[in-house]
Amino acid sequence: MPGVEGFMYPNEIELQWSVLIVLYPFLTGLVAGAFILASLERVFQVQAVKPTYRLALLTALAFLLVAPLPLQLHLGHPERSYEMYLTPHGTSAMAMFGFVYLWYLMAVLVFEIWLDYRRDIVVMSQSTTGWKRWIYKVMTLGSSNISERALAIDERVGWVITLIGIPSAFLLHGYVGFIFGSVKANPWWSSPLMPVVFIFSAMVSGIAAVMLLYMLIMRLRKEKIDMRCVDTVARYLFYIFIIDFSLEMLDLIHRVYEADESFRSLDFMVHTKLYMSHIVVQIMLGTVMPIVLLALTQVLKLSATARKRIYVLAGCLTMIGIFAMRWNVVIGGQLFSKSFLGYTTYKMGLVTREGLLMAIVLTVLPLVILWVLVKLLPPWPEKNSGSLPGATPAY
Amino acid sequence: MSITRRHMLLLLPAAAVAWKYVLAGSPESSPNYTMSQHWWSMLIDLPKCIGCGNCVRACQSENDVPDGYFRTWVERYHRTDYDIENPHVDSPDGAKDGFPPTKEAGGDNFFVPKLCNHCSDSPCTQVCPVGATFISPDGVVLVDKTYCLGCRYCIQACPYGCRFLNPKTETAEKCTLCYHRITKGLTTACCEACPTGARQLADLKNPNDPIHEFLKTHSVQILKPYMATHAKVFYFGLDGSVR
Amino acid sequence: MHAFKDSGHIFRLVAVFVVGIILFLVIRGFLVPKSFGEYGHYRGNAMAEAAARPINFAGHETCETCHVDVLDKKKDGKHAHVNCEACHGPLAKHADDPASVQPPKLDTAVLCVKCHEANAAKPKSFPQVASADHSTGLACDACHQPHSPAITDGGTK
Repeated sequence: MPGVEGFMYPNEIELQWSVLIVLYPFLTGLVAGAFILASLERVFQVQAVKPTYRLALLTALAFLLVAPLPLQLHLGHPERSYEMYLTPHGTSAMAMFGFVYLWYLMAVLVFEIWLDYRRDIVVMSQSTTGWKRWIYKVMTLGSSNISERALAIDERVGWVITLIGIPSAFLLHGYVGFIFGSVKANPWWSSPLMPVVFIFSAMVSGIAAVMLLYMLIMRLRKEKIDMRCVDTVARYLFYIFIIDFSLEMLDLIHRVYEADESFRSLDFMVHTKLYMSHIVVQIMLGTVMPIVLLALTQVLKLSATARKRIYVLAGCLTMIGIFAMRWNVVIGGQLFSKSFLGYTTYKMGLVTREGLLMAIVLTVLPLVILWVLVKLLPPWPEKNSGSLPGATPAY
Repeated sequence: MSITRRHMLLLLPAAAVAWKYVLAGSPESSPNYTMSQHWWSMLIDLPKCIGCGNCVRACQSENDVPDGYFRTWVERYHRTDYDIENPHVDSPDGAKDGFPPTKEAGGDNFFVPKLCNHCSDSPCTQVCPVGATFISPDGVVLVDKTYCLGCRYCIQACPYGCRFLNPKTETAEKCTLCYHRITKGLTTACCEACPTGARQLADLKNPNDPIHEFLKTHSVQILKPYMATHAKVFYFGLDGSVR
Repeated sequence: MHAFKDSGHIFRLVAVFVVGIILFLVIRGFLVPKSFGEYGHYRGNAMAEAAARPINFAGHETCETCHVDVLDKKKDGKHAHVNCEACHGPLAKHADDPASVQPPKLDTAVLCVKCHEANAAKPKSFPQVASADHSTGLACDACHQPHSPAITDGGTK
C-alpha cells in the first residue's frame, strides 16, 4: 500500500482531519492571543502597550470572522452545521463551538470594540459622506450620545467586558485543546496539558502577530514605532514563551520517562515522519531560536534598529513555530496507527476543497479583512499617534 | 433439484407474504420487535476463523460498502514465540479476497476478524457534537445518516479504527450489526456468510441464546479493555499480541 | 434614573442581542426534528430508518423452505453448518422471485479454494490442501459433491 509502513487498521490509512483543521486552532489562537495583549492594557494597566490596543482588538476580530470557514469547508455536510445550535450534545466538547464562538464574537469582541470606538463612530457618522456614512450611522445604533458621562460609562462597561473576555478567550481556544486532549483513543493527543499548552502557544502567537502587524503598519504609514511599546510587548512575549516552552518540555519529559505502550511508536514517528516539522521547525527554529533572540534583547543593550530587526525575526519564527505546533498535533496524531504497528502519509491536496491553496487563502483573508477594518475603524485617527503622547522617542 | 408440488403449494404463499415484507423494508418499526427486549452483541470464536474473507465480502454486498473502506475486516497475525509485543500483522484490502500464503514459519499464526464493538460506553457517541451517532435501546451503535455533519470527530474517537467517512454520503459510517436484518429475525450478513461459525450474533437479553452457556464455559476477552469502552464483541481465544 | 440617562446606547445593543436570542429560540422550535430526544440525544426515527434497508442475503432458513432436498443431503456431511449463501452469494432476490431470478452457476475451481487453500495461519484441524498439487488440474467437483463433500466411492454429482 503506497504511503503506508507497517500495519494500519484499514480505515486509518486515510487522514480524517486535514490542514484546515490545523489552521482552525491557529486562527482562534491568534484571536485569543491578540485579545490577551489588549487586556494587558485594559485590565492590567500596562500603559506602555496602549498603542497596540485597538490594533489588537481589530486583529482579533479579523481572525475570528474567518475562523469558522476552515471548519465549514471541512465538514461533509456544512449545510447541516446549524444542527450544532439546535441539538448540541452535552458530552461533546465540539458542541460548544457555536455558542462559545457567538458569545465571544458578540458579547466580548464586538461589544468591546464598539464601546472603545463609539466616540469615533459617532463623529464619523456625522463627518463622512457617501455610503460610508450609512455604515457608521448603523453602527451608532441610533444613539449619538458622546457626553463625558456616556463615555465614562463606556469605559467602565468596557473594563468589565475585557475582564469577562479573558476567561472567554481562554474558553474559545482552550476548548479546542480539550477536543484533542480528551480523546482517549489517541495517545498523542490525550493529555490534561493539551488545553493549557494550546492557550499558552495561542498567547505567544497572538502577541507576536500583533507586534509584527504594529511594526508593519507603522512602517507602511511612515510613522515612528513606539519603542517603549514594542519593547514591552516583546518582553511579555518572552515571558509567556518561557512558560509555553516549559509546558511542552514537561509533556515531552513525561512521555519519555513513563514510556508507556505508545511511546516507541510515537518516538519513532517524531524522529522520522515528523523530524522536519517537529524537531527542526517547531522546536529549534520556532521556539528555541526566538527565545534566545528575545533573551538577547533583554540581557544586552542593543540599539533600536537592532532590537526592531530581532523582534521581526523572532516574531516571524514564532508564527511559523506555532503553526508547526498545530500541524504536529493534528497531522502527527493521525500519522501513526492506533495498533502502534505502522504509519501512513498525509497526502495534502493542492487545489481541492481542503487543500494547500485553500489554506493559504484562509490565512491571507483575515489580513484583507484587517485592512478593511483598519480603514473603517482607524486605530490611530490622528497622524503620528502610533505612539503615546509624550512617549519616549526612539533613540 | 426436486421440489415437489406439495411443497410449493404449502410454502410459497406463506413465504411470499413474509418475504415481501422483509425485502421491502418498510420505514415503520418491524412488527413483533420490541427494542427493550434485546441487547445485541457478537461472539467471535477465533480458533474457528479460517481467514476466508467471506464476511468482508458479504458485508460489502449487503450494506453497499464503498471500495477501500471496511465495516468489517480480518487481520492476520504472526507472533514469534514469546514476543507478544511485536507481532507482524497484515490485512490485505481488509481480507476482502482472503489472504495470500502465510510465509512466516515458526511461532503462531492466526486470524482476527474485527468490526465495530458496539460499546456500551462508547467514546464515539460521547463526542458527536449533534447527536447523530448513538447507541440504540437494543444495544446497537448507529449513525443517523440524515443528521451527521461529517465532522469526523467520532472517527477520531474510536479506539478500534472501525469507523470511516463514506465518500458518497459524506457522513460517518460503520458496522450497523445489520440492524435491518436483526430486527426482522435474521442474523447479520457476516454471520450468515461465515462458513465455520466463527462469528455468531448474540442477544444478551435472550435467556435461550447460546452465548450464555458459552460464557459460562469459556474465558472470553474484549479488545482494548483498558479503554473501558465496555465493548460487546466477545472474543474467545484472543491472543495477548492482538492489537 | 440619572445613571441610565447616558447609557441608553448600551441598552440598545443589549436589546439587539436579546432580540437575536429570542429569534433563535423561536426558529429552533421549528427546526429541531420532531422525534429528537425520544430515546436519548438523537432522532428517534433514525432506528426505523436504519431498519428499512433492503435485504440481500435471504438467510439459510428461507432457502431451506424450498430446497429441502439439498438440506437433506447437507445435514449429515461436513458442510452441514455452512449456510447456503456462504457459497452461493446473496440470493434474496431469487427467494423473492424464484422463477425469474436464477442464481449463477458456481465454478468450484475458484470457489472452494477461498476456504480450503492451505495456509499456515488456518487452524491445523481445518481441512486444507495445496490446490496446485491436490487435484492435478481438475475442478473440485470432479471428485467432491459440495453439498456433501466427503468422497464415498469416487462419486460425483
